Amino acid sequence: MSKPLLSLENIYVDFERDGVISQVLENVSLSVHKGEFLSIIGHSGCGKSTLLNVVAGLVPVTLGAALLDNKEIKGPGPERAVVFQNHSLLPWMTVYENVRLAVAKLYGARENLKQLHDRTLHNLELVKMTHAKDKRPGEISGGMKQRVGIARALAMEPKVLLLDEPFGALDALTRAHLQDTVMELHERIRSTVLMITHDVDEAVLLADRVVMMTNGPKARIGEIVDVKTPRPRDRKQVLQDAQFIDCRRSIVGFLEAHDHAHPAPAEPA
Amino acid sequence: MPFEVHKMTAPQSDTPADPVADHNQILLAAAQAKQIAASRRRKLADKAGNYLMPLLTVSALLLMWEALGTAFPGGLPSPSMVLMDAQELIFNPFYDRGGVDKGLFWHVLTSLSRVGIGFGLAAVCGVLLGAFLGTVDWARKGTDPIIQVLRTVPPLAWLPISLAALREAQPSALFVIFITSIWPIVINTMVGVRNIPQDYVNVAKVLRLTPGEYFFKIMLPAATPHIFTGLRIGVGMSWLAIVASEMLLGGVGIGFFIWDQYNSSRMSDIIVALVWVGLVGFVLDRLVALVGQYVSRGTTAD
Ligand SMILES: Nc1ncnc2c1ncn2[C@@H]1O[C@H](COP(=O)(O)OP(=O)(O)OP(=O)(O)O)[C@@H](O)[C@H]1O
Ligand SMILES: [Mg+2]
Repeated sequence: MSKPLLSLENIYVDFERDGVISQVLENVSLSVHKGEFLSIIGHSGCGKSTLLNVVAGLVPVTLGAALLDNKEIKGPGPERAVVFQNHSLLPWMTVYENVRLAVAKLYGARENLKQLHDRTLHNLELVKMTHAKDKRPGEISGGMKQRVGIARALAMEPKVLLLDEPFGALDALTRAHLQDTVMELHERIRSTVLMITHDVDEAVLLADRVVMMTNGPKARIGEIVDVKTPRPRDRKQVLQDAQFIDCRRSIVGFLEAHDHAHPAPAEPA
Repeated sequence: MPFEVHKMTAPQSDTPADPVADHNQILLAAAQAKQIAASRRRKLADKAGNYLMPLLTVSALLLMWEALGTAFPGGLPSPSMVLMDAQELIFNPFYDRGGVDKGLFWHVLTSLSRVGIGFGLAAVCGVLLGAFLGTVDWARKGTDPIIQVLRTVPPLAWLPISLAALREAQPSALFVIFITSIWPIVINTMVGVRNIPQDYVNVAKVLRLTPGEYFFKIMLPAATPHIFTGLRIGVGMSWLAIVASEMLLGGVGIGFFIWDQYNSSRMSDIIVALVWVGLVGFVLDRLVALVGQYVSRGTTAD
């Protein structure tokens, strides 16, 4: 098999505050190949965002190595676009300007103004937000903000797309629509995607592999299941797919076993 | 129009008329009309309060002053005396007989132009310095005690120093304004820059914005509300400083005008000038506040 695009090798992540160390990730190893779609699932606060931020280059590892294309990840960069958990749009810019900022930064040197404009509009169109392009983030709903955040990340045409609960604040219909959009995009440009989600169905529907994390502190990767359901996937048909149902069952089982109310027995050191 | 009755869609002509629905329709329209009328009345009362109450207090104060002035003649002139003594000053602010014998408009204009230059320089330097100190931690730590001490020095105390250093009246006055109004701008900008949410910093990092892009696209807009708080305090202080420093420097300007009239014991003229000073200071403050409101619309998240 070819070399992985992204590999985390025995990484540990600690946060220090007032001399007290809190261990968030312990000995996490993960290889992601080009074009793969990974879902990351786990209970709240276990360290999913932290793992994603390590790949984004926003959080340094305490021990171990995070490699992209066999080079150590030293800091953030546009080839690893992030859709942040809290959307992080710049409130003083309009929806259009928020996306345009990313477009101008990445293609400004190579394309003329017309091309940049078209590219911005195209990405807003992908998430169906052209109608509100001149609104400011304060004037649109939470779900719309997330869509703009997705448009901004897609506009960067990144090698790795990092999605931190991108559909969290959306109603079921919009959510389904955006899941389809992301699936189509992934199909078409074969981007590599890491997506955090709390929704088991969403995790399985979109992913090639679902990564399940144990509870923090000292969270690790508990299990990884392969989703072999063939693509393109239809959200209604997969519900009858035996593989899909299997994956779903094992994930729900894992999450129940790691429920905070009934913590798993501590492992020997 | 702020008030409009949102009519329900009219029943379609091919459906038979429903007397109950029609009746409800009429009741609803009446209820809505009542709502609108009540809201109008509230607005009117509110407006009346906003304008009537200040008018009442001002006239009460003037009446009291008038009564006191008549009861103890020879002290402060009463409002009616001021009106008689300073007729030309009040009703013709634009006269100009050369030298310092000008209408109050020209004195205020000269003072304002000094404030414009001194405060303008303070705004630019203050924001730049504040942004620098807010970003570079060791620079902030090094200068913080100095700034905290310097910002408490009163404007007039700067005057001898700046006169000794600059030797001329005009630049000294400007320097006094500058040095008085820069501190609140520096301090507030610094606070604003230090409080930029991590989210925006992360966005800038992922996009790899250059320091210049970061300054204009993230730092300035994110710190705008704080910057304008500083500017608003600064413009008030610069107006305080100009009146004080002009008193000592002489020439055209509202500050010297007051001093000049004091020396010739024209209390009525001084009272008229004070009203101008107060009103102009108020307008300056509102102006900066309005610009701030306009510029920082949308800068607060969600
Ligand atoms: N910068 C930081 N400093 C200190 N502790 C942190 C920091 N960032 C995260 N943590 C801690 O690390 C743990 C994991 O946080 P993380 O945000 O990765 O969780 P998560 O799995 O994304 O949770 P959620 O599903 O609620 O988003 C938490 O206990 C959190 O308090
Ligand atoms: Mg998270």
